Amino acid sequence: MSLRKFISNKTIAGLAVILTVFANTSVFAQEAAATAAAPAKPIDMEPIYKSIAFYALLFLLLCLFIAIVGKAIRVYELTREAQDKPAAINWNAVNASLFALFLIVGLYGVYWEYTVHGNMILPEAASEHGKKIDEMFNLTLIITTIVFIATHIILFAFSYFYKHSGKRKAYYYPHNNALERIWTIIPAVVLSVLVLMGFLTWRSIFYKVEDPNNKPLSVEITSQQFAWSIRYPGKDGVVGVKNYKMITGTNALGIDFKDKNNLDDQTADELVIPVNKPVRLILTSKDVLHSFYMPNFRVQLNTVPGMVSYFEFTPTITTADMQVKTNDPAFKYLFYCSKICGSGHYNMQKVVRVVSQEEYNAWIVKQPTYLNNDLRKQFNLPLVADPAAPAAAAPADSAAKDSSAVKSNQLALKK
Amino acid sequence: MSTITIQNNQHHDSHDDHAHGHHKETFLSKYVFSMDHKMIAKQFLITGIIMAVIAMGLSILFRLQLAWPDRSFPILETFLGKWAEGGRIRPEFYLALVTIHGTIMVFFVLTAGLSGTFSNLLIPLQLGARDMASPFMNMLSYWFFFTACVVMMCSFFVQTGPASAGWTVYPPLSALPKAIPGSGTGMTLWLISMICFVVSSLMGGINYVSTVLNMRTKGMDLWKMPLTIWAFFLTAILGILSFPVLVAGVVLLIFDRSFGTSFYLSDIVIGTQVLPNEGGSPILWQHLFWFLGHPEVYIVIMPALGISSEVISVNSRKPIFGYHAMVYSLIGITILSFIVWGHHMFVTGMNPLLGGVFMITTLIIAVPSAVKTFNYLATLWRGNIRFTPAMLFAIGLVSFFISGGLTGIFLGNASLDINLHDTYFVVAHFHLVMGSAAIFGMLAGVYHWFPKMFGRMMNAKLGYLHFWLTFICAYLVFFPLHFLGLDGVPRRYYAFTEFEFMQKWVTVNIFVTWAAIIAALAQVAFLFNFFYSIFKGKVAPQNPWEANTLEWTTPVEHLHGNWPGEIPTVYRWPYDYSKPGAEEDFIPQTVPFSLTMSSNMPHDFEGNTEAERIQEEWMAAQEAKQKTIVD
Repeated sequence: MSLRKFISNKTIAGLAVILTVFANTSVFAQEAAATAAAPAKPIDMEPIYKSIAFYALLFLLLCLFIAIVGKAIRVYELTREAQDKPAAINWNAVNASLFALFLIVGLYGVYWEYTVHGNMILPEAASEHGKKIDEMFNLTLIITTIVFIATHIILFAFSYFYKHSGKRKAYYYPHNNALERIWTIIPAVVLSVLVLMGFLTWRSIFYKVEDPNNKPLSVEITSQQFAWSIRYPGKDGVVGVKNYKMITGTNALGIDFKDKNNLDDQTADELVIPVNKPVRLILTSKDVLHSFYMPNFRVQLNTVPGMVSYFEFTPTITTADMQVKTNDPAFKYLFYCSKICGSGHYNMQKVVRVVSQEEYNAWIVKQPTYLNNDLRKQFNLPLVADPAAPAAAAPADSAAKDSSAVKSNQLALKK
Repeated sequence: MSTITIQNNQHHDSHDDHAHGHHKETFLSKYVFSMDHKMIAKQFLITGIIMAVIAMGLSILFRLQLAWPDRSFPILETFLGKWAEGGRIRPEFYLALVTIHGTIMVFFVLTAGLSGTFSNLLIPLQLGARDMASPFMNMLSYWFFFTACVVMMCSFFVQTGPASAGWTVYPPLSALPKAIPGSGTGMTLWLISMICFVVSSLMGGINYVSTVLNMRTKGMDLWKMPLTIWAFFLTAILGILSFPVLVAGVVLLIFDRSFGTSFYLSDIVIGTQVLPNEGGSPILWQHLFWFLGHPEVYIVIMPALGISSEVISVNSRKPIFGYHAMVYSLIGITILSFIVWGHHMFVTGMNPLLGGVFMITTLIIAVPSAVKTFNYLATLWRGNIRFTPAMLFAIGLVSFFISGGLTGIFLGNASLDINLHDTYFVVAHFHLVMGSAAIFGMLAGVYHWFPKMFGRMMNAKLGYLHFWLTFICAYLVFFPLHFLGLDGVPRRYYAFTEFEFMQKWVTVNIFVTWAAIIAALAQVAFLFNFFYSIFKGKVAPQNPWEANTLEWTTPVEHLHGNWPGEIPTVYRWPYDYSKPGAEEDFIPQTVPFSLTMSSNMPHDFEGNTEAERIQEEWMAAQEAKQKTIVD
């Protein structure tokens, strides 16, 4: 009976093989015919299908190999059993040893990650509050790494040492209140310390007392799909009000020039800020949520349509100094979007330059005012004869990037 | 008198069976519109597995894009058509992929696939009930879930593509089809699917809670319930209280999208077109969403923790350490999880004062989680560990829970979150702690209770292969991603090509993608093992793992009503493993203390003086006997 079954199985298997071969060849023949019939096809798919088929076959071969190994192990075990010898492979021991091996290799892997990838992360914070965040981060990292290593050593060592043995019975140990109290209280205390420090850091970032001698420079950032607009306050130091209902092709931010504070506001293509002077960012959005993310300064806040949010920080390292520190002459500070905002989300960036106060003063006077003759006409303001505002000092490539971003935006809108 | 009652009972039960025998079961009533909790559990499981395979496939697609952003894969065009013109995935479709991957994994796999399967299977079986409190509602629960899956998958076949605003679907992006094409019909389908899903989950949850509270067998008081049941019970409560809030949010979003209201929209200009919406706030959606969304992550992880408690205890042949502490920490997590949602919103522009408050509550929730971890470790200590595939996955869960939980301490700290929010650090964190840990809990459950579900055993060696490949690859995939986050690389970026500083991570991306592909292929070992064993596996013995809980007292062959005769009575807690003085290393819950005089301990009697007296008398008699033998 079993022999017959075996034969019939074999026949079936043989039939299946023949059928597969036949089906495959006919499919390939059809494909060949199809490609021959349509020579205008842009991509010749046949080599691709072949390579896919190659990988699929490779995988099947691997599966076959695993199946054969499995069968071999099974046969080996059955013969041992038939000869009344002890079980051939002690799988508990195998798995326990694999856990031990995993622990050792894993610890090395963690060390490698910390030293190699750990060296590729952001350089030191370039802002005052960023230093506090980094301190907080390092403390948390030390505590969690100790716990991480210790608990994993315990986990895998227990797995290794207490693997099953027929000679032994497990130790009946349902509870120990003292022990449980200890490992409730210790994490609670450690976390309380972290909470307290985190809370104080958080307060120091968001509840700043303004120093009358060192008033922050206000800069307004407006996000839209997929670009940023930067507006400087001008000589009066006040960024004027705007109204989204006034947005037109010429007045992209919807600035209301009835507010006199707006008359001297300037636009810029990059965010240039003087070192060691507080900067107050005024963050708004025109369309969807975006996130203003400036990781070198440890600054991030979402820009929300219909709501203004503020972030105040003080840059401490100029771009030039940072280039020296990172040993990378091409180093640039950037800010970019970190909240999903649409198809162009992955390319929404602007350059940030931290410069000395003198350089900043020289740069800011060269920036064009937002108000131009088109807008003057619109708001019935006296025209200026020579509106030849100095051309943007920004590098041409960033301007080009901007326009391409706008273009892709328009494309997306059309679709 | 008492004998008469028992006889009556038995008579009644056999009558019941009799009736069942004659009741004609058609294919439709047995396999499709089944009201038997075991069949519904299998339906949830297999649907969950199919959805998991789909979501995993989506993740491989976007991993390909991240690893080789400049290379064309013409085969993709064959399958995806215009979404991968020229063999390169389009940015809109990339976002759709991450959105649907997240939605399926979080809701359909790790909520319905995990809770739905094991709550349905184990609540009646481990509590000693014939079925759920409302079998009909249970059936509806599955079919609403199935509808939700179908509707979600349909969105791949609409002109504008599936929802693509991220799985959290933050408006205004999700509300404005002009902002992203996926917010058209695709988003409507997403919202409909989600409502069906919440209906399913609520019906399931109400059923679980009422079954646990009302239908426990004689002797099964709350403190004798296995930790699995505690976890499912508390998870169901969490779901019942939080899912309606999501529906409220979703309904308001539907109104904004289709009827011109402004709950979430205000001051919006698309291009130069000023939208009429005024007075809404996108932050409101985030509050409503995360009021569900944070309990949701515990809805995902708590059943996995419950399952691993059971599996670790059975396979260490030891009682779970600190049973009461385990229950109280679950209760603590349940309560605290309602007041931590704001930690997802530290940098949304929410009042910073709130940020401080949410930071405190968030870090407190780490305490019960730490207690659970230490208790697992203490359970392993001096155990007699049998590495069944289920046990391997449970140990893997503990490892992931530690690794992912610790990075939560960074993200829960508002000041650190400023720089880590929405970066790959977050991606790494939650994929370890709720992705990998929860899926490992689910796989542990599948390997452990497969004999109960299908009456057959799975192949252990394929299970080992599956575990080791998945475990290693999961770490290889997610561990390096932390460092991308620490370098300020945001998540949901279609390509790293536009930033100079991200170039150095491209090789890491290639490595991660290969690890992900190997992990995905390793699942073939599981899928083959699972489906093959349903039909061809070795027939399971009555109690294959020598476990104490009630489900192993039911016959291997399923029958409607679970137990052929009377439902067994429960006398003891479910964790009497390796009790000193007992012959076997396990004592099932159905064994009364009178049969285990040699292993009883004072605390077993919970202050029952009569029982203590009997025990003492027995001990005295034993001692006297010993003496006479010695003499």
